[in-house]
Amino acid sequence: MSRSTFSVRSVAPAAVASGARRRRRAGRVLMNALGIVAALVWFFPVYWMILSAFTPNAWLRTTTPTFLPVHTTASNFVGVLHGTSFPRSLRMSLLITLTTVVLVLVFAFLAALAVSRFRFRGRTSFVLAVLFVQMLPAEGLFIAQYRMMSTLGQLNSILGISVLYTAAVIPFTVWMLRGFVAGVPAELEEAGMVDGLSRVGAFLRITLPLLAPGLVASGVYAFLQAWNEFTIALVILPAESSYTLPIWLRSFLAASINRGVDWGQVMAASTLLAVPVIIFFLFVQGRMTSGLVSGAVKG
Amino acid sequence: MTIPATTATGASTGSARRATTAPRHRRTPVTPYLLLLPAVLVLLAGMGYPVYWQVVTSLQKFGLAQQFGQPPEWAGLKNYARIFSSDDLWAVVARSVVFCLVNAFVTVALGLAFALLMRAVHTVTRLVLQVTMLLAWAMPMVAAVIVFRWLFDNRTGVVNYLLTRVGFDQMAGFSWFSRPLTFFVVASAVIIWMSVPFVALSAYAGLTAVSDDVLEAARIDGARPGQVLRHILIPLIRPVLSIVLLLQIIWDLRVFAQIRLLQDNGAPVGETNLLGNFIYELGIGRQDFAGAAAVSIFVLVLTVLLSWPYVRSLLKEDQA
Repeated sequence: MSRSTFSVRSVAPAAVASGARRRRRAGRVLMNALGIVAALVWFFPVYWMILSAFTPNAWLRTTTPTFLPVHTTASNFVGVLHGTSFPRSLRMSLLITLTTVVLVLVFAFLAALAVSRFRFRGRTSFVLAVLFVQMLPAEGLFIAQYRMMSTLGQLNSILGISVLYTAAVIPFTVWMLRGFVAGVPAELEEAGMVDGLSRVGAFLRITLPLLAPGLVASGVYAFLQAWNEFTIALVILPAESSYTLPIWLRSFLAASINRGVDWGQVMAASTLLAVPVIIFFLFVQGRMTSGLVSGAVKG
Repeated sequence: MTIPATTATGASTGSARRATTAPRHRRTPVTPYLLLLPAVLVLLAGMGYPVYWQVVTSLQKFGLAQQFGQPPEWAGLKNYARIFSSDDLWAVVARSVVFCLVNAFVTVALGLAFALLMRAVHTVTRLVLQVTMLLAWAMPMVAAVIVFRWLFDNRTGVVNYLLTRVGFDQMAGFSWFSRPLTFFVVASAVIIWMSVPFVALSAYAGLTAVSDDVLEAARIDGARPGQVLRHILIPLIRPVLSIVLLLQIIWDLRVFAQIRLLQDNGAPVGETNLLGNFIYELGIGRQDFAGAAAVSIFVLVLTVLLSWPYVRSLLKEDQA
């Protein structure tokens, strides 16, 4: 998002003939008010999650909600962390996510290297296959994946689901890294070799550091996908002891429906699920937008 | 699947390219294949084999006997005939298509409105909007759905409280999840809330790419804001909008988790299932793997057909 174009544009209306100026100013005020209202509406669910997480359950059970943080407590978080199996699912989520991130980074990086540094027979077919595979929905595959994992005895296994996640995430990361690798001119590497570095040395000292931002973005993307995933985890991890956080959250809520939901704890758990995601997401957001629509933007 | 066809075209363009551009590196030709090997293997294991299994299973009789180890029998297209002649499936398909199109179009329309709004407002307002958009986009799907369940809770939910306050007294204690129509209203609210940011930020990025000279020229020529919008801005960002709309359609067709999570509230499952939920119930619930595989193949073929224009636009970028 370029900031500079905006500043040029915001100066422009002032230069326009003065007749319409007042009407225009009223319009701008109205637009800004509308923008603030829209922002508030969109922000409200996140605000409500965090506020409820810090509100004692007794207050949440009243039919008249309190919209400002007047009765705050950390007891919901304490309850979730100590009174439930949240920590076990957190551990499971972390292990699966880390395995996925490592597998994705290594595999996708190697593939991106092949695609952007070499011209070889079958390259276009591979790129085409990757682009199509990235569109395939988990909802059209999970029955087969379930049968495959149950035949292999890999239901509830960290490695089993990590392989499925890796396969789901690799296409987009190869595509994203391909751009990064192509952005580092091979001539740079060759110059290093002329100056006496070995091929591996040139790669490690010149290319790899320049690719670091791309690797970080890919890693974060893989993290977000694996951390948030629900559908495959629901099918492949049926045992309670191997629930990931999203599945745990669902069962925690479902289990309490009949005896009155403890929304304070549910919202505290949701907040704990969301916070790392929101932090990491801000890192990669720009790249995700441009990666998804760059073809269209460039026309 | 059209794998033979794509391999053929891939090979021909590959050799054409080699003829025109000399290879930059003279390395042993094995290297790229070795580099691709891990990714290809994991894709074959995680995606390739399941697709193959589904094709085969959808053509076989896979009943209880097969569950207990009997070899499967070939059934030809009988599974497809059985599934696609049932009213159940077509009700689900119709529901999914309507749900998908309504959500996709509303999302893109709202996203475009937000993008135009971001262009029109003060920098501070725009930053506030962008930050809230990012927050909503970043929310994990499961957390978002659960927050909306809380917002729409019949007794202590904020939505019913606010509606009652502004005069809709019948909304006190209203149960959103027990009727299909209001169930889908909440489902759409979650999905639109989560999807608008991507559309808005993409469209906004497209709008900032429109050159100021063009807009200035239009203004000097006396174009009104409405005319600038209709004749300059919208046509210039049409490529972005169409790609984003296509992606929304593809994504909204595969909605499963949101519905599943909302159904936990005691919704009428039969009347609220979408395609993904139908497959889940058929396969995991009733262990009808052949039927579930047949519906899955239907979903996959639909996705591939819908994805074609998007993939082509990305491929163009790869060859650029």
